[in-house]
Amino acid sequence: MMVWLILLPLLWASLAFMLGPSRGVWLSIVGLAAQLWLAFALAAEIVGSGAAMHAVGGWGAPLGIDLVADGLSAAMLLLTQCIALPLAVYAHAYFKRDDPATTYFWPLVGFLLAGLNALFLSTDLFNIYVTLELLGLAAVGLVAAGGGAQQIAAALRYLFATLVGSGAYLLGVALIYGTYGTVSTVTLVSLIGADAPDLVWIAGGLMVLGLMLKTALFPFHFWLPPAHGGAPAPVSALLSAVVVKASFYLVLRLWIGPFSSLTVVASLVVWFPALLGTLAVFWGSYQAIRAERLKMLIAYSTVAQLGYLFLIFPLLASAGALQAGIMQAFAHGLAKAAMFAAAGTLIKATGQEMVAGLAGVAERLPVTLFAFGLAGITLMGLPPSAGFLAKWQLIELALSQQHWVIAFVVLVGGLLAAVYVFRVLRQAFLLAPAGSVVTPVPRTLEWTAFGLAAASVLLGLRGVELMQLVGVT
Amino acid sequence: MTFNELLPLAVLASSLIPGLLIFTLPESWVGLRTTLNLSGALVKLALVLLLIVGVQAGESYGVHFAVLPGLNLSFKADALGLLFITLSAVLWLFTTLYAIGYLEGAPRRSRFFGFFSLCVTATMGIAMAANLFTFFVFYELLTLATFPLVVHRGTEASIRGGMTYLAYTLIGGAVLLTGIVWLHHLLGHTDFAHAGIAVALGSAYDGQLQIIFLLLMIGVGVKAAIVPLHGWLPQAMVAPAPVSALLHAVAVVKAGAFGIVRIVYEVYGIEFAQSLDLLLPLAIFAAVTIVWGSFRALFQDDLKKRLAYSTVSQVSYIVLGVTLFGPIGTVGGLVHLVHQGIMKITLFFCAGNYAETLGIHKVSEMNGAGRRMPLTSIAFTIGALGMIGVPLTAGAVSKAWLIDGASAAGMDWAIWVLWTSSLLNAAYFLPILWRAWFKPIPKAWPAEHIVARGWRETAWLLLLPPMITAVMTLATGIFSNNQISPLSWVKLIAEREYIHESIIWTP
Repeated sequence: MMVWLILLPLLWASLAFMLGPSRGVWLSIVGLAAQLWLAFALAAEIVGSGAAMHAVGGWGAPLGIDLVADGLSAAMLLLTQCIALPLAVYAHAYFKRDDPATTYFWPLVGFLLAGLNALFLSTDLFNIYVTLELLGLAAVGLVAAGGGAQQIAAALRYLFATLVGSGAYLLGVALIYGTYGTVSTVTLVSLIGADAPDLVWIAGGLMVLGLMLKTALFPFHFWLPPAHGGAPAPVSALLSAVVVKASFYLVLRLWIGPFSSLTVVASLVVWFPALLGTLAVFWGSYQAIRAERLKMLIAYSTVAQLGYLFLIFPLLASAGALQAGIMQAFAHGLAKAAMFAAAGTLIKATGQEMVAGLAGVAERLPVTLFAFGLAGITLMGLPPSAGFLAKWQLIELALSQQHWVIAFVVLVGGLLAAVYVFRVLRQAFLLAPAGSVVTPVPRTLEWTAFGLAAASVLLGLRGVELMQLVGVT
Repeated sequence: MTFNELLPLAVLASSLIPGLLIFTLPESWVGLRTTLNLSGALVKLALVLLLIVGVQAGESYGVHFAVLPGLNLSFKADALGLLFITLSAVLWLFTTLYAIGYLEGAPRRSRFFGFFSLCVTATMGIAMAANLFTFFVFYELLTLATFPLVVHRGTEASIRGGMTYLAYTLIGGAVLLTGIVWLHHLLGHTDFAHAGIAVALGSAYDGQLQIIFLLLMIGVGVKAAIVPLHGWLPQAMVAPAPVSALLHAVAVVKAGAFGIVRIVYEVYGIEFAQSLDLLLPLAIFAAVTIVWGSFRALFQDDLKKRLAYSTVSQVSYIVLGVTLFGPIGTVGGLVHLVHQGIMKITLFFCAGNYAETLGIHKVSEMNGAGRRMPLTSIAFTIGALGMIGVPLTAGAVSKAWLIDGASAAGMDWAIWVLWTSSLLNAAYFLPILWRAWFKPIPKAWPAEHIVARGWRETAWLLLLPPMITAVMTLATGIFSNNQISPLSWVKLIAEREYIHESIIWTP
């Protein structure tokens, strides 16, 4: 099952490349549906019988490659496939038939997903590096696929960031390998103790910083807004919703895995990600409030929302922190995919890229605006939504460990999100200026965004199963 | 699922499902939309009737779902909740009728009625919430569902009103959430219970509980429009008249006032709240609000704005009643929850009629309106007299109980507050009545949209709802001792709340 989650996207990506986009689309959508089913089956299996391991080709580590799925990785796999399938349907309706971007879009998405799925299942620092590169290059390709000068520039900037990030990570891996002679995360947990040499600290620092750069955590976020704001809507959605979460997932994995003894020794270290997260929440929201282009607003909102994920690090002493983090990842993933998809539809229909140009869309495109609003509810953390549950968990954890400042950041961040979300909605509810035209858009575009947004809200009514899954180790 | 578990959910569904269906209807399908609206409202009334009969017979209705481990979305339909549910369900029916008439031929009606139904669903959720978590979920849902209604007209002014509304309510919501999570963290749950749950913590937590109380009161005080958190309410009067009715009588301010009732009685417990010295400060804020709201109303020439400030003042009667320690004050406050709703909705219906029929928006334009629109003006007069507290109206009953409650609680200053407010109410309502009935008809109305035909001074769907609610204003006043009156129901609630006191009903 696990192997197929990696092989399947590789398979349909290659076929889509060879057969061309018109047939590739359907292969991709069928493949993604199968992946979604696999992810659900895997999650169900893990909840039933605990974490699962698969030795690829029958060779166990250290010779072969072990794939391990515990609750955390199964949850991330599930999130990825849940978002990818509707977005693929959306993309199919979004791109015009003769759009040159589609030639590369489907194969790149396939490689991207293969990289993601492999990343979530790997237990080997070096394999993780390989998946990171695959992921990064596919993502850069997708940003550039639009072909415009601005998009190429954004892609190059993104390429630079992602290469520096993985370079730092690889350097760290090399140092770890030099010290302990292994790159297996399972073995390293017992090897790296509180008395680890300075070299290991440096290695850890390099790896974490490299991954933070790839996650676009403040102040490493410089590459994200142009890349996510400039790419075609389905690409923006996929990158913002899933790809940045992958490197966050790795930071978390390393933090609670191999480097767990280090973070215990240096208790102040846990505040470093939280501090950057706090700054991200404020800076990202501030920029989103000021942004004039709709997609830039949403991209900066991603910068802010990623900040919340890093607020859990000082709280990891209680088991609930992991659950809060995953809930936030789901909330933001689903909502942000919906929001970018909705924004793409709005821009396509009105021909306006500016927030100021949205007057009247509440009347003309109600379904899309509803989707935007529902996604906004999740981002603001208002009930009922997954974002609200994440916020509730975060605040309660912060109170129980007496970290008042975190509760404060979460609450204020929610209000700031309300400012930028309602900036858009306010404009949308205005009466349309005379003479403005709205081009009809395919219903698929409207309803896929709506479905994703509705999922982000409905998860807020039933989070028990997801939390149960995350709890499996 | 048993019948007693399903019934509260059915009450929610009876407005949620029509609402969701209405969203999908094309603008031109008037017939189906009206059918959905009215059948939803009627089904809800029938379900509420079932609940009332059951609760009176001692049945308990409730259901809960796990949202997160240790966190439940839970509902119960108890006597207190039913007071609010019945009020909202009844007034919803009339407001729907009124809105159908009011919006005839207007654009964006599917959106309007969709959100309208969501609002009522949220109100039902607030009334039936069995813990603070559930209360908060629906409380915020109400905020979100009312925003599109407030900005319905899509003009700059209405959007500004909507944004002010959001700014107040969302910040209030964040404060409320802080208090709720804090309490949940201390207690491990936030389930409402008779005589409160906070008392279980022990005296070491008194300080924290006082801060939490402040946070909770700020949170619900925004919707209850307690001074200085009332600024949004006069701003929100740019909304269409049925929305004003919703804001002022059916849902929003009532949700705030109801929240205060639940928190004081069933989270802290009235006796424990008194021992923590929480009631007197709240009473002072309520008193200031009562006088300030009435005072500001005096100077408003815009009719709806004057009514809005009147609401600010009147809703705090409820709060004052709650804080008067003793069953009589409780009765006065709770019964005013219902009475204020009936009277204020009458006034807003009438104000809408004046605006829709004759284009009258200002008090100074009211000259002679009584002769042109006698039925509307009779209803308006009854509502206004009720607000002043003239005998034989609902307002007189609330005021009598509140005054007795104040003297029973030894808070004689509150009696002065109530008399002052009555005086001010008279000062801002009587001139309107004077203009309407005794001044001559002007040569031309500001903008006459609907021409009178015989006795029908305006569209009958606009006329019927205020007349019914005006009759209800009189009926609840005259027959207040009847077994099915709001007053009798409120006495039942008070008897269940004051478990340590024997109650002798004096007034």
